[in-house]
Amino acid sequence: MTARRLLFRNLNAKIAALPMIATVLVVFIGCTVWTVVYSFTSSRSLPMLNFVGFDQYTRLFGASRWDVSIKNLAIYGILSLIFSLVVGFILAVFMDQKIRFENAFRTIFLYPFALSHIVTGLVWQWILNPFGIEKVVRDLGFESFSFALLSNRSMAIYAIVIAGLWQGTGLVMALMLAGLRNIDEEIWKAARVDGIPTWKTYVFVIIPMMRPVFITTLVLIATGIVKLYDLVVAMTNGGPGISTEVPAKYVYDFMFGWANLGQGLAASTVMLATVLIILIPWAMLEFGGRKAK
Amino acid sequence: MAEATIIHAAPHAKAEPWGARPRRMFAPATVMVYGVLIVAALYYLLPLYVMVMTSLKGMPEIRLGNIFAPPVEITFEPWVKAWSQACTGLYCEGIRTGFWNSVKITIPSAIISIFIASVNGYALSNWKFRGSEVFFTILLFGAFIPYQVMLYPLVIITRELGIFGSLPGIVLIHTIFGMPILTLLFRNYFASLPPELFKAARVDGAGFWRIFLQIMLPMSLPIFVVGIILQVTGIWNDFLFGVIFAGTQNFPMTVQLNNVVNSVQGVKEYNVNMAATILTGAVPLLIYFFSGRYFVRGIAAGAVKG
Repeated sequence: MTARRLLFRNLNAKIAALPMIATVLVVFIGCTVWTVVYSFTSSRSLPMLNFVGFDQYTRLFGASRWDVSIKNLAIYGILSLIFSLVVGFILAVFMDQKIRFENAFRTIFLYPFALSHIVTGLVWQWILNPFGIEKVVRDLGFESFSFALLSNRSMAIYAIVIAGLWQGTGLVMALMLAGLRNIDEEIWKAARVDGIPTWKTYVFVIIPMMRPVFITTLVLIATGIVKLYDLVVAMTNGGPGISTEVPAKYVYDFMFGWANLGQGLAASTVMLATVLIILIPWAMLEFGGRKAK
Repeated sequence: MAEATIIHAAPHAKAEPWGARPRRMFAPATVMVYGVLIVAALYYLLPLYVMVMTSLKGMPEIRLGNIFAPPVEITFEPWVKAWSQACTGLYCEGIRTGFWNSVKITIPSAIISIFIASVNGYALSNWKFRGSEVFFTILLFGAFIPYQVMLYPLVIITRELGIFGSLPGIVLIHTIFGMPILTLLFRNYFASLPPELFKAARVDGAGFWRIFLQIMLPMSLPIFVVGIILQVTGIWNDFLFGVIFAGTQNFPMTVQLNNVVNSVQGVKEYNVNMAATILTGAVPLLIYFFSGRYFVRGIAAGAVKG
């Protein structure tokens, strides 16, 4: 009787929250567990529970395509993290100098973020093709100038980095600017009274104070990087050859293209593990630390 | 302001300096700040400029000229062709089918996901029940799980429900994956409203739905605008879910655009491709330009955790 009363207390709220509860239990927990379990099977085009231990993982880490995918993701990830944080922060600092036309600049830096990765990829594919920058510079008289990033196996991934940075840096700028605006004016006054140069104030006072903003931004970009898929499909579709393959595309191709489900599931489980490696330390820092206070 | 100080200071040039130090218009630091910002702005604007210019040129001019040059002869033919004749594989109906598919996907997805998330957020901030915070925490963490992990099981679930490869299927998927960020948005907003309001309504005997519909909803128009912007741009820009769950006849605009531009058959018409690309980007861009403040607020809400 009491158990029933407990269940029915606040019943409306529970009914209203049913979609959320279902999403959490079925999708976020259920589907994730399903994927991890089936990644240990030899499923081909249909999921089957014939367990083969770590076979799929052994095959995965032995595949050159996966190797290339991981390396590309590392290149893309490291470069976009560094550049978007540095450039985003510098732009934010410049925007914070009580400049005129701040709104115009903000609008310009942030508009690519409204565009999809597909649109971004197709635009940059056009700019970076041989008709594009390369031809313009050659017409200026530099006959041997070569800027065919997209047809060059070892350079194509950097073209994707350029496009990704164009799309995403504005977001970092906006977040950093919000962080800078949250810094107390008094800090600046104190630094000025003490005669500390502006750049030193930024490096030794402001940046350490903005640590939470940096960490949040970092986590946000990093989890976005792992999902990198659309941009590659639009710009190179993994080519030339397999030189711009990424893990998310590996998963998709094995699951839906080549009907090798077990392999795709194993690859997606590795992606999940990668995200957890980023996420768990952050969560412990963010939420564990708060409780300790 | 700066000019005024300079004029004012002139007669005293020989005397002792007084007042605040006049800020010169062309101080090296100012020049550098504006210089860097302008160069960066040009870099950001360049792709948009190239897109528009290319889309207004004829093919012969594109083959001869450089991509940064403005068109000698402006033509709107590529736009017409992109909208109504561009080919994906065998079908040459332009990307308008994709446009209307995206409309058909975006509107119900946005409405349903915002309705569910607003009720969720309201329950989570005003009607906490045992375990509600646990579910909410998992929901937020779910936002970080790579979609690839959940794709295949969701294919099975939607297939079992009989909605795989259909409009209801893709709407369900967008509702699921929009839930974490939207719920966070609404929960934080409702939590920031004065609690007296809620308590007074409770004392007057209003229940769960009545308080939501008559008190909370009228007060939360701004956050609904933020939610709509977030969802409409997000769903419009989606590619992965559309390609898997919508079914061939419902492919959203992004998928169709990619098929048009990256199709291997036929002669590449770069001007048509760029016109199609602009048309696909136009909806989120217009939303962004007309609602800048709310847009920034939406992404900030996504970044700053409560």
